[in-house]
Amino acid sequence: MDMETNRSSLVVNNLNLSIDGNKILKNINLTIPNNKITCIVGPSGCGKSTLLKTFNRLIDDTEKVKYFGEVMIGGKNILSAKGPELIEARRHIGLVPQRPCPLPMSIYENVAYGCRIHGLCKTKKALNEVVEKYLSEVGLWDEVKDRLNSSAGKLSIGQQQRLCLARSLAVRPEFILADEATSALDPVSSKIVEDLFVKMKERYTIIMVTHTLRQALRIADYAVFIYLGEVVEMGEAEKIFNNPQNELTKKYLEGVFS
Amino acid sequence: MKKRKQKYIEEAVMKVVMYICVFLVLAFVVTIIWTIFQKGLSSVTWDMITKVPGPDFNTKNDGGFLNAIVGSLLIVIPSTLIGIIISIPVVFYITLYRKRNDKLSYAARLAYDVLYGIPSIVYGAFAFSVMVLVGMRASLLGGIIVTTLLIIPMLIRSGDEIAKSIPDEIHEATYSLGATKYETMKVILRQALPGMMTAVLLAVGKAVGDAASVMFTAGFSDAIPKSLSQPTATLPLAIFNWIIMPSPFPERAYAAALILTVIVLVLSIGGRAISGHFSKHNL
Repeated sequence: MDMETNRSSLVVNNLNLSIDGNKILKNINLTIPNNKITCIVGPSGCGKSTLLKTFNRLIDDTEKVKYFGEVMIGGKNILSAKGPELIEARRHIGLVPQRPCPLPMSIYENVAYGCRIHGLCKTKKALNEVVEKYLSEVGLWDEVKDRLNSSAGKLSIGQQQRLCLARSLAVRPEFILADEATSALDPVSSKIVEDLFVKMKERYTIIMVTHTLRQALRIADYAVFIYLGEVVEMGEAEKIFNNPQNELTKKYLEGVFS
Repeated sequence: MKKRKQKYIEEAVMKVVMYICVFLVLAFVVTIIWTIFQKGLSSVTWDMITKVPGPDFNTKNDGGFLNAIVGSLLIVIPSTLIGIIISIPVVFYITLYRKRNDKLSYAARLAYDVLYGIPSIVYGAFAFSVMVLVGMRASLLGGIIVTTLLIIPMLIRSGDEIAKSIPDEIHEATYSLGATKYETMKVILRQALPGMMTAVLLAVGKAVGDAASVMFTAGFSDAIPKSLSQPTATLPLAIFNWIIMPSPFPERAYAAALILTVIVLVLSIGGRAISGHFSKHNL
C-alpha cells in the first residue's frame, strides 16, 4: 500500500452521539486535513475524547452508547463498518493513549505484535527490520537495542509512550489519534513525543486531543474548538488562536474557563 | 492534641489485632501440617505408596494404597484440564463479548455464585441420581465428571474477577491495532495468567481433597482402574474410611493424608513456577 499517493481523508458528517440518553456529541461536521496536526481543544467533559474514540470505534465498548451520522475514511463510513471491515479500518487508525499501555510482552514483541496478527511480515528477517525501523523512528532504538527481549513494563513512562507509538506505526496506519498523549509524561519526555508528532506529520495525519492550550499553540496546524458537544469553531490553528471569531473561543483562550 | 494521640493509639491497636490474627492462622496451619507429618511420617512405608492392597490388607501390613493415589490423580488431572478448557471460554465470553452490566452476564455470575456455594455432597448425590437414571455404575468416568462440575464454578468465578481486573487500556491498545476479540483474549490471558494459576491451584486443591463428591460416583476399589468404566479408590475417601477403623487403619489414614498434602504442595509449587515463566513480561 502506497500511503503517499493513496491518501484518504477523514470527514465527519452530522455525527450525533448519546450515552444512556445524554447527548454527548451534537451534529458534528468536520474535515480533518491530511498530513497536518489537528488539535481538538475544549474544556473538560466537552466530548473531545469521545469524538476521538468514535473515529476508531473504541466507543463501542461504552455501555448504552448510541450514535448516528458518518465518519468517512476513503469513502467508507466507519460507523457502519462491521466485523472484518472494522478490524481493517482500525488498523489504519493508530492510537496513542493517555497513559502508555505496553502489552505484557517483551519490547520486541510489542512492536512486532501488530505485524504478527495481520501477517504483515513473512519472514523473521522482515520482522526484525520492522521492529528496528519503527523503534528508530520514535528514537528508541539506541536506548533499547541491547535489551529487546526484556519486559516493556520495565521502560520509563516516556519510553513506554514512544514504544506505544512505534507499535501503532508498525501496522502502517494513515491516521494517528492521540488522546492527551503527553499528559502523563514528564516535561522532557513530553517534548520528545511532541517533536515526534511534528516530524511524523509528513507521513501521517495526526489528530490529537489536548488539554494543554500551550501545546496546541506550539504544534497545531489546524484546530477544532468543542464546547458541550458542539463544534464552536474550527480552522487554521493560527487564525483560531490569534483571531477567534466566536465569543466562547475567545473566552476559552483567555482562560475564563478551562 | 487529644485527637492526634488517639489516632496513634488506633494505629497501635490495629497492628496488635493483625498480629494476633496472623498468628492464629499460622498456628492453625502449622498444627495441622505438623500433625499430618508427624503421624504420617511415622507410619508411611515404601510399600504403602508403591503397592495396591494385598489379600491380607485388612489384618496386617500387606500392600499399600497406590490404588488411591493413582485414582486421585486419574480423577483430578483430567477434570482440571477439562474444567480449564470449559471455563476459559465462559470467562472471556462474559467479560469480553458481553457488556459489563449485561443481563446474561449477571445471570451467569449469579448462577456460578450459587453453584460455588453448593456443598460437594450435593454434587455427588445429584450426579449419582443421574448415573442411576442412565444406568451408569460408580466409575472413574463418573468421578471425573462430577469433579469437573465441582471445580468449574470456582474456575469461572475467580477467572471472571481476574479478567475484570485487567485494565481496559490493554483492550484498547490491541483493538486499536486491529486485533480481533480472540486475539485480544490471548493478550489478556497472558496478563491474567498468574491470577488464573492461583484459581486453578485452589480448584485442584479442592478437587483432590474432596471425598463427598466421589463417594457415590467413583466408588472404591482395591485395584487401579484399567478403564473409564471401572470404579476407583481416592485418597480423601480412603482417609474418610480408615480413620474410624481399628489399627492399623488410622495410621494408614495419616500416611494417606501426608501423601495428599505432598501432592497439593508439589502441584502448587510446580504451577507457580510454570505461570512465573510465562508471565515474566507482565506489567
